Amino acid sequence: MSTITDPPSESFQLSQLINDTRYRSYTFQFIAMILLIAAFAYLGSNLVSNLRAAGLNISFDFLGEPAGYDINQRLIEYDSQSTHWRASVVGALNTLLVAFLGCLMATIIGVIVGVLRLSKNWLIRKVMSIYVEIFRNVPVLVWILIIMAIFVAVLPQPRDFRGEDAEASMLLGSFAFTGRGFYFPKPLFGPGSAVVIAVFLASIAGIFVFRNYARKALFERGQMIPTLWPSVGLFFIPAILAYFVMGQPISLEYPELRGFNFQGGVYARNSLIALTFALAIYTAAFIAENVRAGILAVSKGQTEAAASLGLRPNRIMNLVILPQALRVIIPPLISQYLNLTKNSSLAIAVGYMDLTGTLGGITLNQTGRAIECVLLLMLFYLTFSLCISAIMNVYNNSVRLKER
Amino acid sequence: MSDTHAQSVAYVRDTMLPEAEPPASETGVVKWVRANLFPDWINSILTIVAIYFLYKIVSGAWPWFMNGIWSTDSLAECREILQGTTGACFSVLTERWNQLLFGFQYPNEQYWRPTLAFILLFVAAAPLLFAMYVPRKVLYFTALYPFLAFWLIWGGTIMVPIVALVGIVAGYIVFKKLEGNSFAAGLFGGIAAAAITWFIGGFIADAMSNFLALPAVPSRDMGGFMLNFILGVVCVSLSLPIGIVLALGRQSHMPIIKWICVIFIEFIRGVPLITLLFVANVVLAYFLPPGTNFDLILRVIIMITMFSSAYIAEVIRGGLAALPRGQYEAADSLGLDYAQSMRLIIMPQALKISIPGIVNVAVGLFKDTVLVSVISMFDLVGMIRGPILASTEWNGVYWELWGFAVVMFFPVCYGISQYSQWLERQLNTEHR
Repeated sequence: MSTITDPPSESFQLSQLINDTRYRSYTFQFIAMILLIAAFAYLGSNLVSNLRAAGLNISFDFLGEPAGYDINQRLIEYDSQSTHWRASVVGALNTLLVAFLGCLMATIIGVIVGVLRLSKNWLIRKVMSIYVEIFRNVPVLVWILIIMAIFVAVLPQPRDFRGEDAEASMLLGSFAFTGRGFYFPKPLFGPGSAVVIAVFLASIAGIFVFRNYARKALFERGQMIPTLWPSVGLFFIPAILAYFVMGQPISLEYPELRGFNFQGGVYARNSLIALTFALAIYTAAFIAENVRAGILAVSKGQTEAAASLGLRPNRIMNLVILPQALRVIIPPLISQYLNLTKNSSLAIAVGYMDLTGTLGGITLNQTGRAIECVLLLMLFYLTFSLCISAIMNVYNNSVRLKER
Repeated sequence: MSDTHAQSVAYVRDTMLPEAEPPASETGVVKWVRANLFPDWINSILTIVAIYFLYKIVSGAWPWFMNGIWSTDSLAECREILQGTTGACFSVLTERWNQLLFGFQYPNEQYWRPTLAFILLFVAAAPLLFAMYVPRKVLYFTALYPFLAFWLIWGGTIMVPIVALVGIVAGYIVFKKLEGNSFAAGLFGGIAAAAITWFIGGFIADAMSNFLALPAVPSRDMGGFMLNFILGVVCVSLSLPIGIVLALGRQSHMPIIKWICVIFIEFIRGVPLITLLFVANVVLAYFLPPGTNFDLILRVIIMITMFSSAYIAEVIRGGLAALPRGQYEAADSLGLDYAQSMRLIIMPQALKISIPGIVNVAVGLFKDTVLVSVISMFDLVGMIRGPILASTEWNGVYWELWGFAVVMFFPVCYGISQYSQWLERQLNTEHR
């Protein structure tokens, strides 16, 4: 009687490539790789032959050439003789400006609305949910255009501020809200103002140090040190003292009506204001839902436990509910910030010169370099998105529940 | 001794008093108002402020709406009739409704075609959306619907969609026949059969170009809300399968496939849709074979589908990640292969978890279709900003037109999100 002791000899057969799980994944990846390379080669060869037929080439030299167009809202120096690259940077900064202001405003409105949607007040609850539903279910582009139209139609024109019995007047004599844009006083920094600013920054740092010290004292020695009024004092007093010691180096330049328009001060165009406002209230509707869901996610027992410890309602909210809700709220909040930043590219619809308006708009049309411009445009936005999510992830990790 | 203490106490009540009415402030409307509108002073202030604003809005909008004029030919005539009083000029809607809904180039006498396609959409979607109430046989109609809708909206001979359908059916039959031998043979055989059918069918369709032909409407004549609807429906339905594949690819253990999916998804999610539309408008043509001329609507559909499939992939990945590992292991221990375990065990559960997310993406996508107006396509917003507001008759009619846009988009988006909440409740198999 004989038994088979040897396993069948390991001869490699071609069918093992597809039937043997050890090799199958390599086969699939190899095929995927080949297909990808083939697709890129095909697209690349099309690109080369199309460019040759059109007599074009891929080159980024145009970025160094003078742009030749003007940008009416800018944060850094720029004129029509500046390069296309400079124009793109101006546009990128404008995008970031809208994104920053919009996120700030959206967060504030969103948190308030989200909390109010859970209020005991029936009317407020209904009004807030109508606001949320209407804004969430209509395209943001429509809202941007509507709010732009409201701004132009409702707010007074600069000429209405003229004359003895003017139809409109400036708020506190220094803020003018017109259909063309908002005018604010502009701080002028004289010699010595650096000292004032340095003192102000130092006192802010001092507030943080002081509060840290107070917290340590509370946790280690059980000693209560009041923090509110000393912080307020630290915030104002050193800076004001320095301001007068240095001989009032910082002054305000007020906007004034001269001729047909306001001169001086800081001028924010209506397109900037309308765009920021529209993006903010649109995104706020989404943030409000996130906030509401976050608060509802904290179990009712937490509120009751805090109440049975004798905490007052606002302290329950601040010390017990919000810190726990925050962990639920932050991740969707990050994606709302990213959405707002990406939606800011709709600035092109109201004529605000953001990155899409400069690099993807006028520069593209003037130079005709579509591929380069769109590629750069995407890279800019990709960088913004990655940076925002990186920063917010750091913050998210710092508030996350530390588990042992 | 008696049970009543009549001897020791002066007076003892021996009957119950009738129940007293609760105080007026604790019942009915008064209580409701007090509890819900004026519970404390801060809420009272909020209520009063809210009532004031509501009053302002309603008192401003009501006469505007009621004085609305529906039958003039231009804004100037509206102003003449209104004589300076507030009032809307809705005549822009009655005069241009066809442009707002169908675009300004779609032939007037053919409006019944997109309308019929729109109505049939509900019939086709019903077995998918309300699977428990609609007989399953309707699914055959759903399978036919894309071809029917194409024929209705774009026109031309009915042979083109029929050939496309026959090709797909032929491919499927060959695939089923060969699948027993090996999956790869079935796949390639099916593709080959479909290609051969389309090749031969192409000649037949050319030869019979007048068979049951509707007047052809080129893509560039599509416009208005119809364009938003076409883009939304087509892109969502195309991006769902692509999104599932991408999500599975991202979860895959094969590094190359995983990284291809990760890079694609993160790249698409990092850039605004508008840059992708720029790609469709000005860049994509460079990457196509010389001499081909895709029309813009098709290029836009390609880019929007890529965009939304990346988002759907992320939603489904969330659903896949939420499943307990035991489900994967149970599927493996039953001896199911990858395709079977995904199709029978993993995907039904993962998709159920991701329904709210998918619906959010779908609503967002439908809203984002108005972005095509930026690359000068005449969808609803493009029609309003372009031909209508630029015309001499209607230059300056803002509120009526934007109000119309809100009225068009809101019910659709709100309806979809309400549907998803209903579906979530229906699919909730947890027992409580």
